[in-house]
Amino acid sequence: MTGFLDYTSGNVDALLQATLEHTVLVLQGLGLAVLIGLPLAALTYRARSRTAVLAVAGVFLTIPSYALFGLLITPLGLGTAPSVVALTLYAFLPVLRNAIVGLREIDPAVVESARGMGLSRLQVLLRVELPLALPVIITGLRVAAQMLLGIAAIAAAVNGPGLGNLILQGLSSAGTPFAVYLTLQGVLGIIVLAILFDLLFAALNRLTTSRGMIHV
Amino acid sequence: MSDQTTDRPMIRLVELTKTYPGRTAPAVDALSLDVPEGEIVVFVGPSGCGKTTTMKLINRLIEPTSGRILLDGEDVTHVDPDRLRRGIGYAIQQTGLFPHRTVAENIATVPKLLGWDRTRVAERVDALLHMVGLAPEEYRDLHPRQLSGGQQQRVGVARALAADPPVLLMDEPFGAIDPLTRETLQNELLRIQREIRKTIVFVTHDIDEAVKMGDRIAIFAEGGRVVQYDTPERILSEPADDFVSDFIGAGASVRRLSLTRIGDATVAEDWPTLPFSADASERAAAVAAGDHDFLLLLDDGLPVEWLPSSGGGGLPVLAPVGPDHTLYDALDTMLSNNSDVVVVTDAQGRYRGTLDLPTIQDLIHVDDAAGVPTRVSRSTSRRSGEPR
Repeated sequence: MTGFLDYTSGNVDALLQATLEHTVLVLQGLGLAVLIGLPLAALTYRARSRTAVLAVAGVFLTIPSYALFGLLITPLGLGTAPSVVALTLYAFLPVLRNAIVGLREIDPAVVESARGMGLSRLQVLLRVELPLALPVIITGLRVAAQMLLGIAAIAAAVNGPGLGNLILQGLSSAGTPFAVYLTLQGVLGIIVLAILFDLLFAALNRLTTSRGMIHV
Repeated sequence: MSDQTTDRPMIRLVELTKTYPGRTAPAVDALSLDVPEGEIVVFVGPSGCGKTTTMKLINRLIEPTSGRILLDGEDVTHVDPDRLRRGIGYAIQQTGLFPHRTVAENIATVPKLLGWDRTRVAERVDALLHMVGLAPEEYRDLHPRQLSGGQQQRVGVARALAADPPVLLMDEPFGAIDPLTRETLQNELLRIQREIRKTIVFVTHDIDEAVKMGDRIAIFAEGGRVVQYDTPERILSEPADDFVSDFIGAGASVRRLSLTRIGDATVAEDWPTLPFSADASERAAAVAAGDHDFLLLLDDGLPVEWLPSSGGGGLPVLAPVGPDHTLYDALDTMLSNNSDVVVVTDAQGRYRGTLDLPTIQDLIHVDDAAGVPTRVSRSTSRRSGEPR
């Protein structure tokens, strides 16, 4: 234990740097998934094509992460690019599915009365449907973020940034005492991030949910 | 096919047809109908008869397959539907209130779309809450889920009226509400309508509600056909065919009593009355002078007690009927109190006269013989403008 703490005080800068990179990487993947997933959900949630879209998003999730990162090297090279794209693909299903479910769960009478009062399709979506679906959408983001924090460690295998590099270094120096320390740093860093992200999303959910929608 | 035209229709439907894709039978079939300005027209009929579809064709929530819709003389069949709808109030059974918005924000929806400034919107919201009987300072900032069903429906009506549209579409607005609250809301809508004189299309499957609310009733049958379009009196006294008779059901003559408000009816004013303050000898003298079994004691004009001429203590006056009650309510009161007379009061609760059972029986039979409505027409009673 003292050995681990001593070691950590020696490389704390590298640890913080890796943690920051890891956070940014996950946020990039998540952000991209939201940018593509939300409009896609808004376009397809009423249409039959949503089943096909969800099926494709589901397939991404079944590809083993090592393989997906590896496959992306061919078109995107090494480093951050394939890492972000891989994470986006993994986040796609929870983001898209929750958005579709959230939009479909809205009381049809609310949408009908909004249309009946003369709100345009876009106004109904932005002022009524998205705010009402927001709690479900945020839950999707929360699930996706937890998942990405773990998967992002694989990015190190394609020269990507993040805490995975500490774990990878640990693996490559197996047999030395540092091996365990490095791996432990990577793992603990991810756990701490997971807790922080969860708190963040809980706060976000509370902030964006109207008083009128909290079920007591 | 019922073709009815009036001088100045606010809504005119011309040969309106809706056929859903993949169906051969039209949901609404070449319907032509005029809704006169300032009247309540009720669409009534069994489920699946196309009454709701027809209503949604008016604000084009459902686009017609063929035919034309004229609003205040203007052909709106092809105008921008969103702009059209901002000028037509819309209230539905499930209210469709926005759960994430406050009562005030809900009501402000259309005024904000129309770009009203904040002060005007706020003033309008408070005026409307007041109109539908909800204290603005108490309800303005609540969310819909904090309201009862009846209160939600009041907000729904206020929201539909927000931008003061000339036309209001109401799809079974009181259908999901308990009978007691429903009656209150019906009465309040009629009271509000006396002030605002909107053109209202009201959909219901309840013939009693149709008779109560409608200046005119359109009876729909299977396939979106209107089999009779007429005043409630004429529909009850001269149903066009067996379908209409069946739909009205039994008891049409009793039901017609609910068309006459007591405020519009003649009442007997010859019942012997006595001030409550009268002493024993005055009471005895009055009993001796009259041939009635009971004298009515009035306290400052308010009926308080029946005094039996046979002596003994007085009986309290149970449930007097006011001007907004109907003859049907008067009959109901008599039957439930096991009495053959009921006290009639004015809007302030002051004694106006009495109604007895033989009078009501006569009214039913006079009606039957002449086929003429006894009801003083709504428009007259509106102009007299009693406050409640």
